[in-house]
Amino acid sequence: MGDLHKSTLTQLATALRARKVSSVELVSELLGRIERIESGPGALNAFISVTRAQALEAARVADHALGRGSGGALAGVPIAHKDIFCTAGVRTTCGSRMLDNFVAPYDATVVAKLKAAGAVMLGKTNMDEFAMGSSNETSYYGAVRNPWNRQLVPGGSSGGSAAAVAARLVPGATATDTGGSIRQPAALCGITGMKPTYGRVSRYGMIAFASSLDQGGVLAASAADAALMLREMAGFDANDSTSVEREVPDYIAALEEPLAGLKIGLLKEFFDKGLNAENERCVRESLRVYEGLGAKLSEVSLPHLPLSVPVYYVVAPAECSSNLARYDGVRFGHRCENPRDLNDLYRRTRGEGFGAEVKRRIMTGTYVLSAGYYDAYYLKAQRVRSLINADFVRAFQSVDVLMGPTTPTPAFALGAKTSDPITMYLNDIYTIGANLAGLPAISVPCGLVQGLPVGLQIVGPHFSEARVLNAAHAFQRATDWHTQLPKGYA
Amino acid sequence: MILRWFSHFSRARITFPMALTREQLASIAALARLDLTASEIPVYQDSLSRILDFVGALDACDTVDVAPMAHPLAGLSQRLRPDAVTEVDHHEQYQANAPLTAAGLYLVPKVIE
Repeated sequence: MGDLHKSTLTQLATALRARKVSSVELVSELLGRIERIESGPGALNAFISVTRAQALEAARVADHALGRGSGGALAGVPIAHKDIFCTAGVRTTCGSRMLDNFVAPYDATVVAKLKAAGAVMLGKTNMDEFAMGSSNETSYYGAVRNPWNRQLVPGGSSGGSAAAVAARLVPGATATDTGGSIRQPAALCGITGMKPTYGRVSRYGMIAFASSLDQGGVLAASAADAALMLREMAGFDANDSTSVEREVPDYIAALEEPLAGLKIGLLKEFFDKGLNAENERCVRESLRVYEGLGAKLSEVSLPHLPLSVPVYYVVAPAECSSNLARYDGVRFGHRCENPRDLNDLYRRTRGEGFGAEVKRRIMTGTYVLSAGYYDAYYLKAQRVRSLINADFVRAFQSVDVLMGPTTPTPAFALGAKTSDPITMYLNDIYTIGANLAGLPAISVPCGLVQGLPVGLQIVGPHFSEARVLNAAHAFQRATDWHTQLPKGYA
Repeated sequence: MILRWFSHFSRARITFPMALTREQLASIAALARLDLTASEIPVYQDSLSRILDFVGALDACDTVDVAPMAHPLAGLSQRLRPDAVTEVDHHEQYQANAPLTAAGLYLVPKVIE
């Protein structure tokens, strides 16, 4: 096999099983590619840690299993994990100085499940600090660059995973999505990003940001590859009290189902003045592709959806301020020098260990949860969240899936939105709704605007991952946007 | 440009003041156990005030008789499990990550004089 890095995850899994390539050969090739690109003029800063020795050892084990005709569905397949997933014995930083020295004593369930399926971890990817950001510029380890144009952001918070997959440093990577952190970078990097239903993928060992919104998922080159990874990652886990006891369907088997008669709702509120005209053109052309495949389009209005961003910027900071209270300089992570007393230990440890955006969100959350403001902000936001959720429930009574743009614009310049948090927050204007309602959603590449990728978003009802992946796969059978590679990384 | 999206929501205003004073910001930082430098305070005063103003758009939304939604798994209650020992003692492994320990204990500055 030539050009191994251009093969899809599905092709690689098949080639490994057929012993056309060994895992050691494949893993060595990609480790070499990561080192070459990350030390050259096209460096992306996509990785916080590259785990060369462990990867080669895991590849040898996978080859051994494949040689015996055993091994899981992903035996020998190289992947990367977002550095938010705990990995036993390998540093897990969450993109923060606070956890710069943290070595998790256990594997996250997602990591353990992918390991059990035979996947080989090549490293841990860069991310916005504690997953708080939409541009990957808040990482303690520096910004990640977009392989389509290194002066632009890759999106965030899973920017390292997205850039790594877009540049074909790995065929697939794990990611997490609290307000769009899988779908937005997928759109800006021209790849496929799947956020499953809340409760579908275990959050155990996935460092918490906003617990009622956080969900693990996949970044890959296609919906078929995402289906293959998700099938191994999903499922009930007793270690996550919000994990849902529900069978995981065979997402691969559902991919080829015909779309004829599929009822697609166009999210009216997403086609607004904020949407770049060229992005809109790409999305509307994609919808015509679906019509050609036999789907029926109708416009659907979710009147409360425009309030998603303000709801999110109350709920997510509130949950983050509680979750991040655990970083106290006592049990793990950063600790300040020579604390005068316990309060000084807490305050200086946290002041030094957290970056600017994390502190901003902790304080926003502290404020909206504080006495006198709880009802006006937090409870109010939870009530509006109910209305947004009810809008989605109503919409899914008449359509099978909802479609619209993933982001308002293509990737923007590094530094362009760092001075005003609100401008940055509005990047997630089309993605947050699915998190508030806990719905599965995918972003697939659907065009290029001035040489930059644009994403089409597909949202389905709870636990409709098979249908969402099927709709995305049908689109990718009919188009070739997902096969386009950024220049310099082909 | 996208801010226009919210224009019709932002007409009504929450009645309490949006611009945080230096003292209010300092008090939030103290509650959050965050040490801020003198130069950080005005930066957060400004950005938090703007965020609170932005989320103030929610106030115009009629939520009378609407129940608050805490999580997306409506109708599902959290599971309970039997009160059985499921873990063995890992304290040495866990404490390997701690900044300061002695005799199996986490050390912090003296709390009681």
